Amino acid sequence: MRKGQYRFVAGFLFVPVALYLIFVIWPYIQTFGYSLTDWKGQSQTFKFVGLDNYRALFHDDVFLKAIWHNIQFLVFIPVVTILLGLFFAFMVNAGGRSRAGGVSGVAGSKFYKIVYFFPQVLSLAIVAVLFNAVYRSDGGGMLNGLLIKLGLVDAENPVEWLNEPGFVRWALILVVVWHGVGFYLVLFSAAMQSIPRDIYEAALIDGASRTQSFFRITLPLLWDAVQTAWVYLGIVAMDMFVLVASMTQNMGAYGGGPDHASDVMSTVMMRNFLYFGKSGYACAMGVVMLLLTLVLSVVTLRATRRDRIEF
Amino acid sequence: MGSTSADNHGSEGVGRRDLIKRSAALGLVTVPTMSFLAACASGGGGDESNDNTSKGKATKDNPFGAEKGSKLDVVVFKGGYGDDYAKAWEADFGKKLGVTSTHTGTQEITGKLQPRFNAGNPPDIVDDSGAQQIKVDVLNKNGQLLDLAEVLDAPSVDDPSKKVRDTLIAGTLDPGTFEGKVVALNYIYTVWGLWYSGKLFKEKGWEEPKTWADFLAVCQDAKKQGIGGLAHQGKYPYYINVAIMDMIAKKGGLDAMKAIDNLDPKAFVGSDAAQAGVEAIYEVVEKGLLMPGTNGLTHTESQTRWNQYKAAFITCGSWLENEQLKTTPTDFDMKFMPMPLLPDSKLPFEAIRAGAGEPFIIPTKAKNLPAAKEFMRRMLSKEWSTLFAKEANSLTILKDGVDPSVRLRPGTQSTVEASKAAGDNTFRYMYVDWYSEMGAALEAASNELMAKRIQPKEWLKRAQAAVDKQAKDPASKKNHRD
Repeated sequence: MRKGQYRFVAGFLFVPVALYLIFVIWPYIQTFGYSLTDWKGQSQTFKFVGLDNYRALFHDDVFLKAIWHNIQFLVFIPVVTILLGLFFAFMVNAGGRSRAGGVSGVAGSKFYKIVYFFPQVLSLAIVAVLFNAVYRSDGGGMLNGLLIKLGLVDAENPVEWLNEPGFVRWALILVVVWHGVGFYLVLFSAAMQSIPRDIYEAALIDGASRTQSFFRITLPLLWDAVQTAWVYLGIVAMDMFVLVASMTQNMGAYGGGPDHASDVMSTVMMRNFLYFGKSGYACAMGVVMLLLTLVLSVVTLRATRRDRIEF
Repeated sequence: MGSTSADNHGSEGVGRRDLIKRSAALGLVTVPTMSFLAACASGGGGDESNDNTSKGKATKDNPFGAEKGSKLDVVVFKGGYGDDYAKAWEADFGKKLGVTSTHTGTQEITGKLQPRFNAGNPPDIVDDSGAQQIKVDVLNKNGQLLDLAEVLDAPSVDDPSKKVRDTLIAGTLDPGTFEGKVVALNYIYTVWGLWYSGKLFKEKGWEEPKTWADFLAVCQDAKKQGIGGLAHQGKYPYYINVAIMDMIAKKGGLDAMKAIDNLDPKAFVGSDAAQAGVEAIYEVVEKGLLMPGTNGLTHTESQTRWNQYKAAFITCGSWLENEQLKTTPTDFDMKFMPMPLLPDSKLPFEAIRAGAGEPFIIPTKAKNLPAAKEFMRRMLSKEWSTLFAKEANSLTILKDGVDPSVRLRPGTQSTVEASKAAGDNTFRYMYVDWYSEMGAALEAASNELMAKRIQPKEWLKRAQAAVDKQAKDPASKKNHRD
């Protein structure tokens, strides 16, 4: 590089880096500091307690349970969303009847693409309201109303969907998948469209079936997009705060019920931080969350690394 | 020129995909944690003193010397009671004293105020209530709250020969008293119990049940006619937990209640009253007398169903009428009643959980202390108390605080009668304010009980475990009631 170029680059970087340091890195450092205290959250008075908060964390059944729930979300949300997204994207782009001389999507694919994207433009708060109406625990709920009409559920005994410890997390996964799949359909579609048609046509001529062309051509050439999707969905799975707090049975504050069956790290942390006034302890949870997400992102990027195929 | 064009063509340059990947990885780290961590970060500072507080001349009508032309920063929880009453007060305050108020009505008390408390820049007077209140004990522990003795010892607006403190209903200052100091004025007098529609009861020929057996009989009759027996706000187990705890207190008397507040090792397991109380509520579940689906409904959903005559009873505090103003049919004839009695109960039928709620606080670091104190003094005048009853359909802690010429709504009227009938037979649990974590554990157990996933025996075990856990906390030694 030419002389003075670094200074030129640094000049441009100064503001964003400074902002990043002030608004991201500095709060992290502060949080770590608070996690070593018995801070109550309402003023600047606290005592230093060393690693007591971290020690207590390993005996906190609710928090340990919450970690497992996040892991469950982490496994199922990306897998289901990506598989569905890939399937729909494939059908929309290359799933149509093979006609002589070309590969195309199923009939009406343009329409589907738009319709599937609809949920993505709704904010999570609205999605929560919507699905509260779907899962409502009496005959006024969409699911219960339907099942009662069909005679599958007794009107005197409707299913309390979000009050079932074995079902509540799946109910939430369903909401996230419904909300997200349209975006990944569009993401994967864009990536698929950049795959040259000739490859598909060559495969067709060689007698490849739709399934074969998906697994042998589409998926390998889409790997980068899938990897990106995985990371984005990982973010969603590690958070889940909005849906849990606004849809599930209340455990004092911020949902998490029944009996902590839907609690995730973020709701447990907020409950301790604000409702129980155990803010120092909650900061320790925050630090653990940070470490877990860090490990996770490294693992994800390592595990999904593949040689890039140039085309 | 140089860098952009020269380097990007090479294979070692950062490709667009890599960039997306890397930034996404970074996002994975930052996004979920950041918003929460940001909440932890302090506002810094917060030590500047407020010597610049506005101070006018003290007169007989203005003993604290609120200065004309100064500004008062009022923040009010805008929940079941709305915030129209506060606006009416502020207008009157401006008219009489020339102090203009900035009004904030919100449900997000913590979100809006915690940063301000942390930064040493709190409002002048706050109604610190609702699900997102900042816990008063927490604020007090950090020395953020003004000792209200000065206001309470000031002359009453209605009768200057009396101190403000002597014009209040007995015991209503207790919940705001911490370590001997009154730091929060719990302004609204709330009673808890069961509610029913006078119209529905008349139609069906039901009587207000005095005993638990009669209560169950009404529920069973309702069930036969396709109406649910008991509704509760299941998504918030707080409500049904109140009913369970009240059954325990009425059965075992104040001793059973105090055992729980004082974290007795036999508060639940080994207490006959606790067992009888929880078994009574469980009978409703077991006999299928709950309104279908009520366990999963929010407070609005279940209360609206009850307004639609889908259940005979609902559990709630006296904010119910105001909260349901819009959905209550005009001829509904809302009625309040105490929890029905189990055989051999220590307290009479009329006994109710009653007490002051909606803590109003004055931060020590308020910018306009004289005006804040004067505002609070006027809140305890008959004029403002009546304004409150009119706008918010609820009573205040001021004795005979409502102008008799004001006609109250039927539900509010029935709470007035119930609290008169109860007389000194009122009770109130303190653990709710003292131990939020134990309270949450009790609510979680009650939710399981209502869903029939645990039996009363298991509920008692869990409740006792929550008590024992709390008793281990050294901070709990400071609280005790006799």
